Amino acid sequence: MHSYDYAVILAFFALVLLPAPWLGRFYYKVMEGQRTWLTPVLGPVERGCYRLAGVDAREEQSWQKYALALLAFNLAGFVLLFAVLLLQGYLPLNPAQLPGQEWTLAFNTAVSFVTNTNWQAYSGEASVSYLSQMVGLTVQNFVSAATGLAVLVALCRGIARRSAATLGNFWVDMTRATLYGLLPLCLLLALFLVWQGVPQTFAQYAHAVTLQGADQVIPLGPAASQIAIKQLGTNGGGFFGVNSAHPFENPTAWSNLFELASIILIPVALVFTFGHYVKDLRQSRAIVACMLALFLIGGATSLWAEYQPNPSLNNPMVEQTAPLEGKESRFGTTATVLWSVTTTAASNGSVNGMHDSLNPLSGMVALVNMMVGEVIFGGVGAGLYGMLLNVLIAVFLAGLMIGRTPEYLGKKLQAREVQLLVVTLLVMPVGVLVLGAIAASLPGPVAAVSNPGAHGFSQLLYAYTSASANNGSAFGGFGANTPFHNLMLGLGMLIGRFGYILPVLALAGSLAMKKTAPVGQNSFPTHGPLFVTLLTVTILLVGGLTFLPTLALGPIAEHLSMGF
Amino acid sequence: MNMPIPVAKPAGKKRAAGVKEQPATSIASLWRPALVQAFVKLDPRQLKRSPVMLVVELTAILTTLLCLLPDTAVPTGVAVQIALWLWFTVLFANFAEALAEGRGKARADSLKAGSQGLNAMRRKASGEFEVVAASSLRKGDVVRVVAGEMIPGDGEVIEGIAAVNEAAITGESAPVIRESGGDRSAVTGNTRLVSDWLLVKITANPGESTLDRMIALVEGAKRQKTPNEIALDILLIGLTLIFLLVVVTLQPFAHFANGSLPLVFLVALLVTLIPTTIGGLLSAIGIAGMDRLVRLNVIAKSGRAVEAAGDVHVLMLDKTGTITFGNRRCAAVHAAPGVSSKELAEGALLASLADDTAEGKSIVEYLRQLHNFNEPDAALMTPVAFSAETRLSGVDYQGRVYRKGAVDSVLAFVGQQRLDMPASLSREVDKIAQSGGTPLLVCTQGRLLGVIHLKDVVKPGIRERFVELRKLGIRTVMVTGDNPLTAAAIAAEAGVDDVLAEATPEKKLARIRQEQNDGRLVAMCGDGANDAPALAQADVGMAMNDGTQAAREAANMVDLDSDPTKLLDVVQIGKELLVTRGALTTFSIANDVAKYFAILPALFAAIYPQLGVLNIMQLASPQSAIVSAIVFNALIIVALIPLALRGVRVQAASAAHLLRRNLLIYGVGGIVVPFVGIKLIDLLLNAVHLV
Repeated sequence: MHSYDYAVILAFFALVLLPAPWLGRFYYKVMEGQRTWLTPVLGPVERGCYRLAGVDAREEQSWQKYALALLAFNLAGFVLLFAVLLLQGYLPLNPAQLPGQEWTLAFNTAVSFVTNTNWQAYSGEASVSYLSQMVGLTVQNFVSAATGLAVLVALCRGIARRSAATLGNFWVDMTRATLYGLLPLCLLLALFLVWQGVPQTFAQYAHAVTLQGADQVIPLGPAASQIAIKQLGTNGGGFFGVNSAHPFENPTAWSNLFELASIILIPVALVFTFGHYVKDLRQSRAIVACMLALFLIGGATSLWAEYQPNPSLNNPMVEQTAPLEGKESRFGTTATVLWSVTTTAASNGSVNGMHDSLNPLSGMVALVNMMVGEVIFGGVGAGLYGMLLNVLIAVFLAGLMIGRTPEYLGKKLQAREVQLLVVTLLVMPVGVLVLGAIAASLPGPVAAVSNPGAHGFSQLLYAYTSASANNGSAFGGFGANTPFHNLMLGLGMLIGRFGYILPVLALAGSLAMKKTAPVGQNSFPTHGPLFVTLLTVTILLVGGLTFLPTLALGPIAEHLSMGF
Repeated sequence: MNMPIPVAKPAGKKRAAGVKEQPATSIASLWRPALVQAFVKLDPRQLKRSPVMLVVELTAILTTLLCLLPDTAVPTGVAVQIALWLWFTVLFANFAEALAEGRGKARADSLKAGSQGLNAMRRKASGEFEVVAASSLRKGDVVRVVAGEMIPGDGEVIEGIAAVNEAAITGESAPVIRESGGDRSAVTGNTRLVSDWLLVKITANPGESTLDRMIALVEGAKRQKTPNEIALDILLIGLTLIFLLVVVTLQPFAHFANGSLPLVFLVALLVTLIPTTIGGLLSAIGIAGMDRLVRLNVIAKSGRAVEAAGDVHVLMLDKTGTITFGNRRCAAVHAAPGVSSKELAEGALLASLADDTAEGKSIVEYLRQLHNFNEPDAALMTPVAFSAETRLSGVDYQGRVYRKGAVDSVLAFVGQQRLDMPASLSREVDKIAQSGGTPLLVCTQGRLLGVIHLKDVVKPGIRERFVELRKLGIRTVMVTGDNPLTAAAIAAEAGVDDVLAEATPEKKLARIRQEQNDGRLVAMCGDGANDAPALAQADVGMAMNDGTQAAREAANMVDLDSDPTKLLDVVQIGKELLVTRGALTTFSIANDVAKYFAILPALFAAIYPQLGVLNIMQLASPQSAIVSAIVFNALIIVALIPLALRGVRVQAASAAHLLRRNLLIYGVGGIVVPFVGIKLIDLLLNAVHLV
């Protein structure tokens, strides 16, 4: 690694960690309807939205009503997107005259964007019109991220409120999250990207004649606006097929750095938002510390693995540096590895290199990041509510050991909460292991795998993990666009999204109703190094115990077979 | 102090004393019946209460069947060993539960024996009495009990007064007085009348009596699970489900890699991964906790209350009897100006000689140590007892009137105003009051002699207990009818955190509600009928056995020894119960790490021999690795039985300290111990050529 590599790493952390506390406070104020410097501009728009939709901003909802509103909204979004993708051939803004998608692919794509997964079984420039990109996919990029944020604030309120029956208003939370939380930042990033050379145009695909005299079609489109929300909203669905490895999607070192930082900026900020909700920023710092610890463990492992010489090329005649196969030489090893770790830690799923080509151990880091449930920063809102579930599990497991009924921030964890926690614990095993096992035991679906042996297994495992974790990144080398995988992965994404959201909302409702015991010397300490260690170990233990056997058959076996 | 009056030892005494000495029923005498019970409990209908162990039993049955189907990959000898150890795992868990039950049952059985074939005289509608079986009595029935008979059930005295020997329940041989009305009207079934007769209204249906509750708490099959136990059960079921998915999906994944995994090994993997250690001991921990309570002579109406005791934030303790000895004692006397100390001492002695109360006796005792008196013959004195009207007591002796009493009463008696009192005496009175004591004035012939300083004596050791409680984050509130000044002085001496002075039942109830509204859990004890609402409101309410039936019904615990200090022990037991469960859960889950390192390389040896790198324990062969893991998994249950029955000690320390300590022992220990254990078992198995 060169000094440039270290500079990239430092710049990345600075860009994320420095503004996060400020941004977190801003999100708190915005979501609680307090006045911010944006209120004079966006306030009238916000009120206009409520008037138009007939929403009373002061009306609060119980968790059931909140969940129902959320489901209805997501269902409507799915139906709309599904229809647009099926019918895009008949709709305007389709200069490349792309036909409608095949129905299982349309289903998969629609589910994928509604669930903030952005798994792409299609290639953007080859099968999605400008209209589908803008009206269909980009809209879902915004609202799926806003949905995650809404669920998170509902949970925050559940923990912070005492003896309360309501969690807020879903419509209001969605409006505020989109309007204040996502749009302004996206506007800034999109402008920055346009400056760096990302296209933003309705013009037709450009035609060029190469030096050899061959005709080349160069896809264009309104890319910058979609890429901004793709990164900031932890969506990850690229405008172009190869995502941020494409020179139009990620043209320069600066665009690479800012796109990279955008992936986890909001997830980190939201941890501080939580601290403001519970009026105790020590909780935020503990959670960020745990996330950072997990991130650094994964990052260091990945970097180390990518800089190892390949044993199969162990020949004095071959001079080896870090392998570059599957990476953009524009970005180099460090920036690619950093992206692969970040995009899988936060459920983003955009890539700037091919994960299929990573060394087995770095591929495993990407897998583990997702397998622990996308809680290392994670998706917008989704990452933190997933992390809070882990916090509750850690508190319940170890909390008894102080001789009290386990309590988190004064809220008792009882049978109902544990029941809901167990449901969320089952999501990843069901999505990855059960769906993956079904796919692995049928001859048709198995054919999607392009490599034999352990690496092939990693490809399959990665696809089902990515879908269930709502990450959406692809390992590559996996022919996902078959009716079977489209439907199964779609199912995985639905389980991975709503298998968390519904229990989390129920949990929020149940916690809100409880009294809050005073937090003092005899309360379970949920800040400080001891708890950070406990939480980190709990996450690794729960994830590790669930997935170690499968990892042994995939990346671990591959790593050992390669003679590393 | 109230010394028990010696009485002729009643017939029940011997057995009762045997019961009281619980250690006699040691583990050694219990293990034989527990062994039998371990097999009886294999019945799936019983095991259903412990889902993790039910899964183990099902896998044991499956493995036993698989032994009959030869598999080339697994030698039959190994399969048989695995099947055997799976059965042992279930048996060990059953044994732990049976052992825990045995201790409580031994006591319950001896109590039950007393009620066999008991008859009762029930009053008919016509007013006549008829003989019926005690077991047929219903709530509301009225029975007549005479000296020498057993009281047939829990009830309330509606007529009569009698001495009752409650040794069978409390182990205390001194009979207690039970009478209708007032605060001493409740009687307990299976206690013996030693004098007179009583008319008792039965207040419990069969199966709901104190005795029944006691038995129910310590019997595995009938015991109601406590809230935390239910929550933990759900988590254990969840973990079991996850590991079931992990193991079931391994076969298709192995097929994908062109391999196949022997079913017996997969079963072994499943059983080692699911939390069998805590799953097997959970019930034993709960029963043993309740048994510790029963041995303290506290009957909880449900396990829920015991757990709540561990969670308590605030202890409301009555000053009298809990923090101080029940009565005030003479600490000093101060003479009025112009009165010699000898004169005062004589006056005070005479005014107290006829006073039978503990306070009066303490004055006499104190003065006798101070001076040598020629005490007058009792026959020559005319005692004047305390009356509600005069609020004075004393004697008339040789035509002289000696009186003592509260300041206002004596002043009224001698016809003086407070302002007329000599300044130095007035100051002394104030000083005593401010220090929390009670000033009693002594007078003779209309002249004030001086003041007696009566003082509450704080129980030795109580201050240290409060310090411990504070370390655990529990606040103590002293409840007293005293004025705020007096209360504050005692509070400072005893080291309580807060005081509720001039307490009335209403104020007590309001305070509990206020604490609860702030999210705190409150424990208290009480005995009077007017304590009932507060006892019912408190999260943990402990009634005294010699209290009223109303209090006993409102409370969720009854202390048979009527010792309010025991509330502190109950808190301790509640905490130990929770810590023990938490510690073993953590231990159980942490164990899985080592088991993976033992089993995974063995399991995948045929598919990816490279994974042998993971065999960091260097176990001899795949078979020995798997058998060692399963043997460890079974033996660790046995090894932890003593801990489960005894409970993890809870030190007085902050939550952070307790957490760090227990995480180190049971978390880190849980990761390390199986690495060592499995390796040792592997060495042993190979040494004796079992695999």
